[in-house]
Amino acid sequence: MDDFFSGFAELFTQYDVLGAFWVNIQLTFWAALLSLFLGTVLALMRISPIASLQWAGTAYVTIFRNTPLTIILTFTYLVLFSQLGLSLSENLNTTFYWYAVLGLAVYHAAFVCEAIRSGVNTVPVGQAEAARAIGLSFLPAARMVILPQAFRGAIAPLGNTLIALLKNSTVAVAASVATETSSLMRTMIEFRPDLMVAIFLLFAVGFVILVIPIGLGTTWLSQRLAVKR
Amino acid sequence: MRKHTMGLLAMAAASTLALSACGGGEVGAPTGEDTAAGGGDTIRIGIKYDQPGLGLQDGDSFTGFDTDVARYVAGKLGYSEDQIQFVETISANRETALQNGDVDMIFATYSITDERKELISFAGPYFVAGQDLLVASDNTDITGPEDLEGKNLCSVTGSTSAENIKTEYAEGVQLVERGGYAECATALGSGAVDAVTTDDIILAGLAATEENAGKFKVVGAPFSEERYGVGLPKDSDQCEDVNAAITEMIEDGTWEQLVAENTEGADYTPNADLNPPTPDACA
Repeated sequence: MDDFFSGFAELFTQYDVLGAFWVNIQLTFWAALLSLFLGTVLALMRISPIASLQWAGTAYVTIFRNTPLTIILTFTYLVLFSQLGLSLSENLNTTFYWYAVLGLAVYHAAFVCEAIRSGVNTVPVGQAEAARAIGLSFLPAARMVILPQAFRGAIAPLGNTLIALLKNSTVAVAASVATETSSLMRTMIEFRPDLMVAIFLLFAVGFVILVIPIGLGTTWLSQRLAVKR
Repeated sequence: MRKHTMGLLAMAAASTLALSACGGGEVGAPTGEDTAAGGGDTIRIGIKYDQPGLGLQDGDSFTGFDTDVARYVAGKLGYSEDQIQFVETISANRETALQNGDVDMIFATYSITDERKELISFAGPYFVAGQDLLVASDNTDITGPEDLEGKNLCSVTGSTSAENIKTEYAEGVQLVERGGYAECATALGSGAVDAVTTDDIILAGLAATEENAGKFKVVGAPFSEERYGVGLPKDSDQCEDVNAAITEMIEDGTWEQLVAENTEGADYTPNADLNPPTPDACA
C-alpha cells in the first residue's frame, strides 16, 4: 500500500500533472466563452423569422454536431496549419493552442445552440406574442424577453455541454497541443509502465474532481434561477 | 407499422451479418483459444502495424525488420511460418499484453529500460538504434541536433524522442508533436516542419517507403542509444533460447541482410560502433 502512494508522489514530482490539468481548464474556459457567443448567435438565427438565416443555422448545427471532434481538430492542424500555412503566432505551440480552442468552440457551439433552443421552448408562446404586441421587433424581443428566460431554462443542458467540453479538451492532442493531460498520460505510460494503475487513477480522479462541481453547480443554479410558472 | 418494424429488423440483421463478416476476415486478431504462453501450436508475436521498415501491415502480410527478426527467432524456437500469429501491440499496451499472456513475445522497437524490466523480461538487444533526424534530401544546413536552433521539429506525442528533445535541446527548437510518424513525414514533405526526429532505423524505414522514396534523408548523427530488445513475460524461460537465436542470426549474416533489405533506398547504415549488438546475459 505504501508503494502505491509513493508511486503517486513519484509521478507528481517527475511530471507536471497539475500544469497539464491547468492547460485543459484554460482550453475549456476560452472554448466555452467562444462557443457560448457563437451558440447564442446560432440559436438566434434558428428562431429568427428569416428563412435563409434559419437554414444557415440548421446547416451549421447539422454539420458540426455530426462531425467527430477529432476530425475537426486534426483538420485545424493538417489543413489550416500544414497545408494552408495559416499561423496564428510566431510560436508554434501558441498557434496549436488557439487552433484547439477554435476547433473546440466551433464544435461545441452546435450543442450550445441546441441547449439554448431547448431553453427557448420553455418560454410560453404568449411571451413572444406579447413582446410583438408592444411593438418590439425580433432582436429587441429576443434580447429583452425571450433569451433572458430561455437561458434560465437552459442552464442544465448548458452545464452538460460544459462538462462534455472539459472532457473533450483532452482531444486537443489531435491539434498538437502537447502540454495537456492526455499527452502527458501518453508520456507517463511510455516512461513509467511500472506505475500504470497509478497513472490511470490519477487522471480519472482528476477529471472527477473537476467535473462533479460543475454538475452540482449547474443543477443548483438551474433550480434557483428557473422561471416559476 | 408492422411492416415498417419488420423492415427495420431485417436491416439490422443484415448489417450485423455484414459487420461480423468483416470481423471474421480480420488478420492477426488475437483468438480466445490457446492463451497459455508458449507450448501451444502457435506463437503470438506482438509487433507494430504502422511502422514502415520495422513492423507494417500490408494487406494480410507483415513486413519490416522487426517482423523478419521475429520470424527468424520463432523459426529457431521450432515454429514454422504458419504457426506465427502477429498481433498488434501499440506502445502503451506492450507490458500489459505480455503480463496478460495476450502475446508470447514482442518485437516492436521495444527499448530495454529499467522501469520496463520491473514488469517484464527482455532478451537481446537485437539492434541498437540512435535518435536521429530526417530532413528533405536537398537540405544541407541540418547536420545534427545543434543545427535545430529556430527550426520546427516533428515527433510523436509521448515518445522518448520528443522527451529527449524537450529536456536536452528545447531552447530554440519548436517541437510539433503528432500522433504518428507518418503524419510527421507528411508535415516534412509539405515544408511545415524542417525535420522529423526519432530512432534512426524508424526514420530510414519512413524514407524508404514508396511514396517517400528519394524525398528525405537520414542525417546520420545519432545522439542517443536505444537498445531494442525482445519483450518476454517476466522471468520467462525462453530468454536464453531467444538470445542464442539472435547471436546465430548475427553470425550467419542474416542480420546484416535483413537490415539492408528493410532500409533499401534510404541511404542508411546503422551505427557501426554499436551494431551488430551482443545480447545481454539473461537475468
